[in-house]
Amino acid sequence: MDNTGRTAALIRAVLIITGAILITIGILGKEYVSVFNKAVRICLECIGIG
Amino acid sequence: MSGMHRDRLNGNGIRREKQRRTVRNVIRIASLFLFNGYLTGFRNGRIFTGRTKSVCVPVLNCYSCPGALGACPIGSLQAALGTSGGRFPFYVLGTLMLFGAVLGRLTCGLLCPFGLIQDLLAKITSKRITVPKKTDRLLRYLKYAVLALFVIILPAFFRDDFGSSVPWFCKYICPAGTLEGGIPLTLADRALREMTGPLFWWKVLLLAAVIAGSVFIERFFCRYLCPLGAFYSLFSRVSAARMKIDSSACISCGKCGSVCPMALDPVRQISSAECILCGRCADICPAEAVSLRFSLFSVNALREKD
Repeated sequence: MDNTGRTAALIRAVLIITGAILITIGILGKEYVSVFNKAVRICLECIGIG
Repeated sequence: MSGMHRDRLNGNGIRREKQRRTVRNVIRIASLFLFNGYLTGFRNGRIFTGRTKSVCVPVLNCYSCPGALGACPIGSLQAALGTSGGRFPFYVLGTLMLFGAVLGRLTCGLLCPFGLIQDLLAKITSKRITVPKKTDRLLRYLKYAVLALFVIILPAFFRDDFGSSVPWFCKYICPAGTLEGGIPLTLADRALREMTGPLFWWKVLLLAAVIAGSVFIERFFCRYLCPLGAFYSLFSRVSAARMKIDSSACISCGKCGSVCPMALDPVRQISSAECILCGRCADICPAEAVSLRFSLFSVNALREKD
């Protein structure tokens, strides 16, 4: 593996770990409830009415 | 002549190409139903309300589509920025980051239903409009502006007296929302149909323009407007899924460039942020010099034996 490849792999690993940490924080803060509440009601703005 | 090149000429390569294309088409249709599998919703004009709606899908797929089983990440990001009272949207951003680092723009080329629709529209005619290079290069920045302005800045900073804001991209631009949510719901529900006004017709007009654009310019929306594609393109150089070219095997025939839906030259732009990893260049390459690679924990050089 060359230097570019190694750097890319390192950045990718950092991003994956950071992503997983952010998701965990979000789940602990019950942010998925807001996503759920928004997604189960017809979004009038999204369909061009509201 | 290399063995691989001989293979391609004697038919083995063509068979492999057909197999790969078939596998990709199966994945694309499967993902269409995976993200929009609540078919009953289209009949009764209702949207799915199950628990999976708390999970963001990796593609631009309106959560007000009657069939949608998951949440649109762009819609969710705007909602989180607009209603969280200044809180950082950990959950949605973490999900997007994970998808970006693992799949990157493979989501655009392989999984996105709106991308599939654009590919089907491009089959209507073989006539293509070639956008002048300078204009094309400038227009491609538009999607980053849409991401920054309509998805992040406006929803985050322009709030009403109650502290919440509107999903600017969904409300004023998103043609996927009109096609997947607006039109099916207003057709199925009379009450909603009676509520349509100038905003709805503006979005229908925009959708018509995107459809017309996609007929003559392949992946028109992906190239110039999609904020999710813009977000994933930030991960192009590091994502686990990437295109790779073996320069020593390349015979410089130019076939890869001629089939690229994003109007790229894979030989020179193999790691371009614009590449949606659709794999068409790998399919057409007579020397099998181009390939789609997926490696989660290691990256070899993108260009072998330069």
